Amino acid sequence: MHGLVNRSLQAFLNDTYGTALWEAVAQDIDMDPSGVEAMVQHDDSLTELLVEAAARRLVKPREALLEDVGAYLASREALRRLLRFSGRNYLDFLLSLDELPDRIHLAIPDLDFPAITVTEHGAGRVLVACSLPLYRNVLAGVLRGMADDYGALAVIETNEDGRLCVELMDAQFAAGRRFDLARPGVE
Amino acid sequence: MPEMPRVSIDLSAMARLMPMYALVSPDGRLRSLGPTLAKVCGPRAMPGIPFLELFRCLRSACAKSPGQLAKAQDDRLVFALRDNPDTVLRGQVVPLGAGQGMLLNLSFGISAAEAVAQYALDCEDFAITDLTVELLYLTEANAAVMGELAALNDRLLKSRDRAERRALTDSLTGLSNRRALELSCRRLSQDDAFDPDRRRTGGEAKKGFAVLQLDLDHFKAVNDTYGHAAGDHVLRHVGMALRAETRQSDVVARLGGDEFVLILSGFTDSVAVMKLARRIISRLETPIEYQGQLCRISGSIGIALSTDYAIADTDRMLADADAALYHSKHEGRGGAMLHRLIREDAQTGGPVEDGA
Repeated sequence: MHGLVNRSLQAFLNDTYGTALWEAVAQDIDMDPSGVEAMVQHDDSLTELLVEAAARRLVKPREALLEDVGAYLASREALRRLLRFSGRNYLDFLLSLDELPDRIHLAIPDLDFPAITVTEHGAGRVLVACSLPLYRNVLAGVLRGMADDYGALAVIETNEDGRLCVELMDAQFAAGRRFDLARPGVE
Repeated sequence: MPEMPRVSIDLSAMARLMPMYALVSPDGRLRSLGPTLAKVCGPRAMPGIPFLELFRCLRSACAKSPGQLAKAQDDRLVFALRDNPDTVLRGQVVPLGAGQGMLLNLSFGISAAEAVAQYALDCEDFAITDLTVELLYLTEANAAVMGELAALNDRLLKSRDRAERRALTDSLTGLSNRRALELSCRRLSQDDAFDPDRRRTGGEAKKGFAVLQLDLDHFKAVNDTYGHAAGDHVLRHVGMALRAETRQSDVVARLGGDEFVLILSGFTDSVAVMKLARRIISRLETPIEYQGQLCRISGSIGIALSTDYAIADTDRMLADADAALYHSKHEGRGGAMLHRLIREDAQTGGPVEDGA
């Protein structure tokens, strides 16, 4: 498992619930509270331990916790910018989700993101399948966050077959967040 | 040659497909241009203006006139915007049918990020097939990853530094430890081995150094009377005293217990070294206060000078300084002794203390 995954969890817990909660979670699983190193590989089991311990501490179902992680990630300026590059509008973004693992791979070659398949299912409805539940739950949160970012109104649910179903109610519901192609500071 | 089938395309479709196209008449005047190129060129780019008045062709020598430009269809063209020469575009030209001039398509190439910022371009300014947006994505993603890696590197370097410093430091006094002393000795021995002139010049012109072995006197009594905390306090105090009496470049090490070693570079004059040793001892004899109690200690020092040796072997010098130290203790505590004098003593049959 790439360290960025665990680092994301740490950042989410730290920024959302405070250092004390993060330190308690780290202590629960006998981890150095100074935290995980982002740019190295970790044992897969560490992610599981982290998610379990955080869910226990917060008394929250792990699916909901992971969804919050996804929404948190989509709210980070650097990440939301990178995500915005993949679509001109929310629907375009949804339909290009199958490119997301390749995009991630371009940036971080040793981060193995599971394949995503996207199917259009009638007007304004998109089904998103991702084989690993951990990533799928996080992805649900990312889709929720990015709907806000684009200013779209969408309902995101998990189908019985495990696929995410995104129903786009209004593509231009709100103004959304500003996105300039040029990175701030580049002249 | 069979005739190629021809298609016609309206300019709005061409604008979507190639937002940076330029249609140029046979005499080199601009007929129309794509919306993104229009943003880059600004208001001067009106129909009728000569294309080569807007752009300077940088690479192809044959593209100085409209006629030459039309023929450069196999070349990779590079243009600089005359109004802003920092904006460099790459381009390709194809001739149109007889009397219809030529069609150019331009792009930003590798400097896309700067151009996008400068001309406030958006996703919609690029054709769907254009990978410029992906290039921007990658540039940004790369910067983020490099930032993380740089931070990781920084943390690793700092912790390596810390670990190295800890590995070479006596934690109680902050002085060098035995390992640091060994490293310094190895360095000194190598310096000496690489210095073939040393003997010929008598060692005076070269650096040379003194090795001092210091043992505290009455330290055990402090420990026994006032406890280990008092002993630690005294050791820290001694560490500070030794640092104060030596220079930054000197090696001051605690080997454990109440044993210390000093290596003083450039110190080869026996009178000066003995003077320093006595000053250190008298400083140690100043009572040290610990929680209202006065702890009294002293020290004995044995000294070896590199100039007394044909080859300054630090191991041997340490052993000799140690021998001088014990000799000095034997004579009575709180004294300093040069090893050279024990040797002379052995030859002449009587103890001589330098300068006494």
